Amino acid sequence: MSIAQESIITKPVKRRFKRTPYLLILPGIGWLFLFFVFPLSTLLATSLQKPAGISPDDGYLPAFKVSNYSSALAEYFPQFFRAFLYAGIATVICLLLAYPIAYYMAFRARKYRNLMLVLIVAPFFASFLLRTNAWKTILSGDGFVVSVLNSINLLPQDRILNTSLAVVAGLTYNFLPFMILPLYTSLEKIDPRLIEAAGDLYSPPSQRFWKVVWPLSLPGVISGTLLTFIPASGDYINAELLGSIKDKMIGNVIQSQFIDLRDYPTASALSFTFMAIILVMIYLYIRKAGTDDLV
Amino acid sequence: MKIIKFIREKTLQVFSVLIIAYLMLPLAVIILLSFNKPKGRQNTSWNEFSLDAWTNICRDQTICSSFATSIKIGLLVTIISTIVGTMISFALVRHRYKGRGATSLLIFLPLATPEVILGASLLALFLNIFIPLGFWTILLAQITFTISFVVVVVNARLAGMDPRLEQAAMDLYATPLQTFRYVTFPIALPGIMAAALLSFSLSFDDFIVTTFNSGRVVTFPIYIWGAAQRGIPPQVNVIASLMFLGSLLLVLVASVISKRRKALHA
Repeated sequence: MSIAQESIITKPVKRRFKRTPYLLILPGIGWLFLFFVFPLSTLLATSLQKPAGISPDDGYLPAFKVSNYSSALAEYFPQFFRAFLYAGIATVICLLLAYPIAYYMAFRARKYRNLMLVLIVAPFFASFLLRTNAWKTILSGDGFVVSVLNSINLLPQDRILNTSLAVVAGLTYNFLPFMILPLYTSLEKIDPRLIEAAGDLYSPPSQRFWKVVWPLSLPGVISGTLLTFIPASGDYINAELLGSIKDKMIGNVIQSQFIDLRDYPTASALSFTFMAIILVMIYLYIRKAGTDDLV
Repeated sequence: MKIIKFIREKTLQVFSVLIIAYLMLPLAVIILLSFNKPKGRQNTSWNEFSLDAWTNICRDQTICSSFATSIKIGLLVTIISTIVGTMISFALVRHRYKGRGATSLLIFLPLATPEVILGASLLALFLNIFIPLGFWTILLAQITFTISFVVVVVNARLAGMDPRLEQAAMDLYATPLQTFRYVTFPIALPGIMAAALLSFSLSFDDFIVTTFNSGRVVTFPIYIWGAAQRGIPPQVNVIASLMFLGSLLLVLVASVISKRRKALHA
């Protein structure tokens, strides 16, 4: 289409519909301001409140108690550390498990591809809690897994359930589909002829992978790792069901401070710190991955 | 060389099958234990084959009422967040406007927020402005985090669409509304359907955000969580098995139909 033609056709349309994008985003953005941005600011205000009395029933008064942050951080540093450690390990394992299967689905599976996709997504419809609970049965002391591993002396604690190993395994299991799907989407977009071309130019298989496939799949790697790491670090179900008291993560603390202890300022301060750490990590990660992409 | 290549291909294949098996393992346990007659209250180890749970799913009223509540919330959440999210997606992909960057940042942020914090912040809001917790607060909370997922999924579909199709329609004197009705919307539809399915499954299975804002309303996941302490009845396994097998069946039927249609057109 020539420039002249384009201006004839698109100009009046553009002028008539200038309001359209704003009308389209209005309900959704309005919703997110009301129920996402505004609640987060309430959370910030709550994190600075001070107790009105001795018991949580007395409520809390507006204040500017910054010390809520330092005391919460000092007390719950191990849980913070554990959340990021467990989620980090689970994310790395997920990437290692997901990449080959996503690759297989994108380039090799042909007629089984859709069946595999369905099998990866279908577990979502059988409750997350029930699946985690099923791992309790699988990993239990009299189960098959534990007895095999014990017979070859692979378990230092003679058991899996109620150890950090079980928590990491649970996180890995639960968030694996969130790694496979974005990886598959980005691998599937790669034109297989690019890989063939690299082969025609005498590049060995390992180079074909690291110079062609891997860089082109980076968007999938980035969104997959984020979609795995963020929910995994905030999760408390796996630690609650599969771990011991020594495996509690920051999600467990926030949950019990909010629901059981009703110490809202501490819970809010923890939430806010957690959110800030996550956002800084995402920012650094995307910037780093972004510059790698350019090279 | 050929042997090395063969081994590499087979390893990849075997590895993929093992991963699928790993993903299916807990489901096998869930289905197996739905046919179990548990010895005590805990339905965690095999005792005796029985069809009791399958023939009498609603023996405990709360199981079925919590299931119904979850379906009801899931449908409402799906309808609202799919419409609202699709509108945002059209604005983001189809229009260049001031504040577009800010819009996509605001869509990204809920995805970057751990669920405990989403749930907690809404709870803080509801507590501060004295809104009673219950059905409506669950709905508000779930819509808030499903909108972003809808936008991401529909965006992916719209971004892959050839803009020349819309231009061609315009060239043939279609009005903007006709272009949308007969070109843009049908192309976007699979993406919108996928987004709807995703938001239903996210809503139906959500525990963390919901538990913060549920008050005394019991959804299916909340029922399971409560039951986990004293033993999950096998009826819950029956419902989960039905949901899992039902979703498999649905997708298989849909793919057979679309294959037939393609064969007819060819």
